[in-house]
Amino acid sequence: MFTQSLATAPQILNSVSHDFWPLLPEIFLLSAASVLLLIDAFSTDMDRKLSYKLAQFILLVTGVILLFQFPTSQDFLYHRHFIHDPLSATLKISMLVLTSLSLMFARPYILQRRILRGEYYLLHLFALLGMMVLVSGSSLLSLYLGLELMSLCLYALVAMNRREKLSSEAAVKYFVMGAIASGFILYGISFVYGVTSQIHVADIAAYLSDNEANLTLRFALVFIVTGLAFKFGAVPFQMWVPDVYQGAPTSTTVFLASVPKVAAFGLAIRVLVFAFAGAIADWQNLLIILSLLSMVVGNLVAIAQTNIKRLLAYSAIAHIGYFLLGIIAGNTQGYSASLFYILTYAITTVGAFGCLIYMAKGQQEISLIDDLKGLGQRNPWAGLLVSFLFLSMAGLPPFVGFWAKLEVIKAVLNVEGLIWLALVAAFMSIIGLFYYLRVVKVIFFDKAKNEARIRAERSLRLGLGITSIAVIALGLFPTQLLDFCQKAFQYI
Amino acid sequence: MLTEIPILSLLIWVPLIGGFLVLFGPGDKQLVWSQRISFVISILIILLSGWLVYLFDGSSGQMELVEFARWIPSLNINYSLGVDGIAVPLIVLTCFINLLVVIAAIGSIKFRRAQYFSAALVLTGLMNGVFVAQDAILFYVFWEAILIPMFLMIGVWGGPNRIYATIKFFLFTFFGSIFMLVALIYMGSVIGSFNIADMQQMPLSMLEQTIIFTAFVAAFAVKIPMVPVHTWLPDAHVEAPTGGSVILAAIMLKMGGYGFLRFALPVTPDAASEYAWLLILFSLIAIAYIGFVALAQEDMKKLIAYSSIAHMGFVTLGIFIIFNLSSLDASSMALQGAMIQMISHGLISGAMFFSIGVLYDRVHSRNISDYGGVINSMPIFGALMMLFVLANAGLPGTSGFIGEFFVILSSFQADWRIALVAGTTLVLGAAYSLWLYKRVIFGKPLNDSIERLEDLNMREKFILFSLAALIIALGIYPQPLIEIMQPSLETLLQLTDTKIAELNIEGAR
Repeated sequence: MFTQSLATAPQILNSVSHDFWPLLPEIFLLSAASVLLLIDAFSTDMDRKLSYKLAQFILLVTGVILLFQFPTSQDFLYHRHFIHDPLSATLKISMLVLTSLSLMFARPYILQRRILRGEYYLLHLFALLGMMVLVSGSSLLSLYLGLELMSLCLYALVAMNRREKLSSEAAVKYFVMGAIASGFILYGISFVYGVTSQIHVADIAAYLSDNEANLTLRFALVFIVTGLAFKFGAVPFQMWVPDVYQGAPTSTTVFLASVPKVAAFGLAIRVLVFAFAGAIADWQNLLIILSLLSMVVGNLVAIAQTNIKRLLAYSAIAHIGYFLLGIIAGNTQGYSASLFYILTYAITTVGAFGCLIYMAKGQQEISLIDDLKGLGQRNPWAGLLVSFLFLSMAGLPPFVGFWAKLEVIKAVLNVEGLIWLALVAAFMSIIGLFYYLRVVKVIFFDKAKNEARIRAERSLRLGLGITSIAVIALGLFPTQLLDFCQKAFQYI
Repeated sequence: MLTEIPILSLLIWVPLIGGFLVLFGPGDKQLVWSQRISFVISILIILLSGWLVYLFDGSSGQMELVEFARWIPSLNINYSLGVDGIAVPLIVLTCFINLLVVIAAIGSIKFRRAQYFSAALVLTGLMNGVFVAQDAILFYVFWEAILIPMFLMIGVWGGPNRIYATIKFFLFTFFGSIFMLVALIYMGSVIGSFNIADMQQMPLSMLEQTIIFTAFVAAFAVKIPMVPVHTWLPDAHVEAPTGGSVILAAIMLKMGGYGFLRFALPVTPDAASEYAWLLILFSLIAIAYIGFVALAQEDMKKLIAYSSIAHMGFVTLGIFIIFNLSSLDASSMALQGAMIQMISHGLISGAMFFSIGVLYDRVHSRNISDYGGVINSMPIFGALMMLFVLANAGLPGTSGFIGEFFVILSSFQADWRIALVAGTTLVLGAAYSLWLYKRVIFGKPLNDSIERLEDLNMREKFILFSLAALIIALGIYPQPLIEIMQPSLETLLQLTDTKIAELNIEGAR
């Protein structure tokens, strides 16, 4: 496949493509977001109702365009900096849906706090734009461009609640850590360029198929994987995750915990599989260590948490460990398992953090696990749906988390000599179950502190409903999503 | 035309959907309607299970009434159902117990009753699913999903220490089964199919068999429960509401035995025969040692819980003694004994827990020392409980006798020492059961409140009399049950046998 794309490379280089159809979603999103920026600047409505509606509308239109131009082949376009393939389209559509869900949760939350309204939605849109560029990047430069656009918006989103001390602290931590991670990746890229004098992923792959990966290149790989691990929040680069998840406004955490993970998956695939397929043995070992540590540390530390946001943060670390299993498998089946895992995890985590917004009353925040006490009595529907989300994270059937776990364990079992890793994953999921059960226990078995029924805004009910019904519906009928994920990798 | 109706799917989905209907439909606000709907659905599934027995032929020993639909083609996981003679009695038992649990709940559950009904119905649907699933992953989905309603049932309606008990229950069973999942995925990806029948035919090396067998034992031994991993059961039983205890004892423990028969024996026969001595040893410990433990209990429910462990020891003994038996007849008898013991224990332990529930609803204590002389105020109850206690002790003429007798008889052919230890149950079982009865029922009334106890009401009479009738019927005339099971058990023995024989031949070469 890579040789094929190389063969056609000169023609593409010679004739600059003027066909902007594949790039249309990004172009539209960028221009629409810019227009929205202008509209927002002259808006007098404090609540920015219009901005919210327009932001959702922009997402909808972008999604429609994406669906219309869903690619059936793999093309390297625009001087081969841009890749147009089913994988990128799949990731983009999922990220759009997740962003739209996050906005649903964000709106009521920021309305009750002194957070700039219009900018908040806009930063989501620009972050999404960065992520769309990222997952379509087919050269190290365009990948980095997308990554930075995404990261900058995320730093700002974390810092949005600037009067909160915790929030500012989280923002600084996130910024410093994120900058270091970007630095690592950039450093690695410079090494790669130094050794191969190539910048396109396909060219690097071609170089690696002709040459052995020398020490410098492996060094570069270590740097890039380290940067990736920072972005994923895999152990031992997880330090920022609990602090940022806790400190950021909950609505930002909703976004931060889900969508960038999907984008980072795109980055990992583009770099590790598209560029460094030849050095699979090297990055496989790195990822095994990351995955093992993440599963063990994430799950064990999560037990000790009393703060629900930190609990979810450590569970996120553990989930990254499971998710990496699929990439470790190093074959199409494994990658699609990982994609399935990260997508379903993102949906679940949006709902799980969303439920904290759902429960929050006015300025009050839900921070402790005990604050969820008696949700099952105060609002049986919400209690049931939230416990669906947590049980799905624990990987219990008939929820979608079960299939995700089954897929990655199956992928890693098929690799010779990695059965032990599957057993570790299975064992750690027992520990995971313990703290998820604790949350379900608090929801259903403990007496509520106040008996008042919880009434939430419509968009919150809608958001929670969509996520938890997705969790159960995908759990009963996972076929479509599984096929969707497999088709994304048909050209690898 | 009638045979084309997917009866197995109905047995799963009618209670399942009915359960959610009760939960989200009338709910607690219109309790009468919730009760009516649950009652009608329970009757309906009993009729369905009766119809299943009518349709079931059973002479071939193969899967019958097979249903098949593609579920997840990319993983080759299918919605495939079927029953054989091992599953049918368990399904009937499940549906029957469900009705009794629903009826009992009308009187004894005081709050969130609609949700309780719905939990019971959902549990029934899922348990039926476990018994009819012919795809390993489908089986696992039902197997694990059961934990959720049971978790809620113990946690919401349980006793004072319910949260500890329910989390312990959940974690223990999950611990066992997650490794079974890995084993199932492993086998499934080797042969490219999750069909249980394919797994039974699949060739496996001794090492693979040993590992897979360990995973199976982890899953099923926890569920049954076997001795070193039994500690969740007394806790769960004591804290669970009456209906929860009944479902746990009568059906969920049977899932472990069923799993041994469906998976461990035919999929990994060589490993099973290699390690049979270990499982027999643990079964004997359960029978003898746990019998003594039961003797020392102060809490009625705990006593019955321990006696359950001892009785389930007979099931595992009957299953694994077949590897020490040379003749097919003796092996078949051992398996029959194990199966009859499962059904009979389902009835007897259910009856015992219902009886304790009757007392608990009146006195609100489970301590044996809070009772005494109940016979004076509750003569009918006293008489019925006498029957259950004797059945629990294995009195001839009750169903408790037959299973134990079969297992002891066949283990005698293997080794008289095994039979000797197993035989201690006849003494121990009688001791703890009768002593319990003596302390609770006989004697002078302990105090005024005991003297004023009301005897059984209509609902309780219905529950206990129907159980008593079945216990006696099965004890006097078990032939229909044996006839249903016999061909399937022989097929199972062949599956277990041929694999060993084949491998032996290969080894000889």
